[in-house]
Amino acid sequence: MIVAEQKPLAEIAEMVKDAERVLIVGCSECVTVCQAGGEKQVGILGTALGMMRKKEGRELQWEGVTPVRQCEPEYLEVLDKKVKDVDCVVSMGCGVGVQFIAERYPGLWVVPALNTKFGGGTVEAGVWEERCGFCGECILHKTGGICPIIRCSKSLLNGPCGGSQDGKCEIDSEVDCAWQLIYDRLKGLDRLELMYAYTPPKDWSRARDGGPRKVVKEEARI
Amino acid sequence: MKSGSKLERVLAGGHFAVTAEVGPPKSASSKGIVKHTEHMKDHVDAVNLTDNQTAIVRLSSVAAAVHVMRAGAEPVMQMTCRDRNRIAIQSDILGAASLGVRNILCLTGDHQSFGNHPTAKNVFDLDSIQLIRAVKDMRDEKKFICGEEMRVAPRMFIGAAANPFGDPFEYRVMRLAKKVEAGADFIQTQAIFDVERFAKWMEAVRDMGLHERVYIMGGVIPVKSYGAMRYMSTVPGMRIPKQLLDRMKAAEDPKEEGVKICVEIIEQLRQIEGVKGVHIMAVYWEEIVPTIVERAGLYPRPEVDDAVG
Repeated sequence: MIVAEQKPLAEIAEMVKDAERVLIVGCSECVTVCQAGGEKQVGILGTALGMMRKKEGRELQWEGVTPVRQCEPEYLEVLDKKVKDVDCVVSMGCGVGVQFIAERYPGLWVVPALNTKFGGGTVEAGVWEERCGFCGECILHKTGGICPIIRCSKSLLNGPCGGSQDGKCEIDSEVDCAWQLIYDRLKGLDRLELMYAYTPPKDWSRARDGGPRKVVKEEARI
Repeated sequence: MKSGSKLERVLAGGHFAVTAEVGPPKSASSKGIVKHTEHMKDHVDAVNLTDNQTAIVRLSSVAAAVHVMRAGAEPVMQMTCRDRNRIAIQSDILGAASLGVRNILCLTGDHQSFGNHPTAKNVFDLDSIQLIRAVKDMRDEKKFICGEEMRVAPRMFIGAAANPFGDPFEYRVMRLAKKVEAGADFIQTQAIFDVERFAKWMEAVRDMGLHERVYIMGGVIPVKSYGAMRYMSTVPGMRIPKQLLDRMKAAEDPKEEGVKICVEIIEQLRQIEGVKGVHIMAVYWEEIVPTIVERAGLYPRPEVDDAVG
């Protein structure tokens, strides 16, 4: 899933400082799971912004709505009426959600309440970790199911650098060395030969380096 | 001869090679590089120029290499994968070769979080092994990474680093094998303090016959103080035996003790089969290099035929 976290409240307040009426839009997918932008967080953010305004002696009218997801136009229809009465929409979706709302309402000011972090998952309650770098050409079959593109701090493809020590990365003793994980796993699977083979430079044109990407599935088109 | 560099000729001639490192300054002045080069040039076969080491912005290693040549020594230009993509790397290699640089050390590069621009975007379009292969293909096949051909190839003696103290230990020799396979001609290792562990690594290197396929130079660092050594012992990928730390702590003259330890390590390295030279990394203490070379009995340096073969 897409993992995000909320921006500091002061930063969001600054973005909406000129607005009198705002619509706060949550999303019931990934950002609900990572507890950044679900229905609950929409309520908390609205209340907090309202209280900040009150302290300043000004009113903030806000309403919250949490569609199924922001990244599909049909689920945004529920916003069509609501946005007519507001100066600003605060999206608590990921960066995709913010942009889908902005695209739908060309005359409307839309701001992000979250920082979209990465493609990852829940490792324990309240902890999410990065797992996928969206490079466009998966190599997990060559690396024992552990991604060096995103989990090695240097995205190395031919094994660990000299900074790997005691299973940890040179940048932070809290960060696992991805290549140590790969080594251990391949050793356990008796497939270490995968680590001895030379991996040539990666084709980054399949990642964002090749420009904005699009996936088209013909049979799914109407 | 692959490159005709002096370093290659010294090693090919069977001499125990000596290189030393000079760190380019955080300024637009060549003074320090020239001063250090002139001071050590008779005592070393080549001078390494670091490439924005520890991710701190410094005068470029390409330019520094030219200053070294003007000052009368041979450079080993270090190049990391952190700051340039494959286009810039190949371009700099062509440029450096056109200026007369004949040795390159291919490195991954320290992560930018260590340096003075931790908010920088890193590149790592290539890793060090892919970089070695790229230089080899440019030199031997006259080919760029994309497969296109060039008219005049860069003649480079290709170096790589090896860290016998990194983990996973069992993989470290395999990684060296990958570097040799990719085209490394010589190796400069991470600084050695734990000679016992290094000897164990060399044993594994010999078991695979790698010592006959690549010139291995052991890295050493003369340490000025107990504090410096203690700090170094915390750097990932460095291992310093407690006994050396104790010696530095107890020393009345820590600088002298640091030199003594360095010279002892060089002497021990020379006894290890397959070690073909030493690389002295006297960080912020370049002026000590001649003393160490002399006390280690490595002076005078051999005269090698100038003819580019």
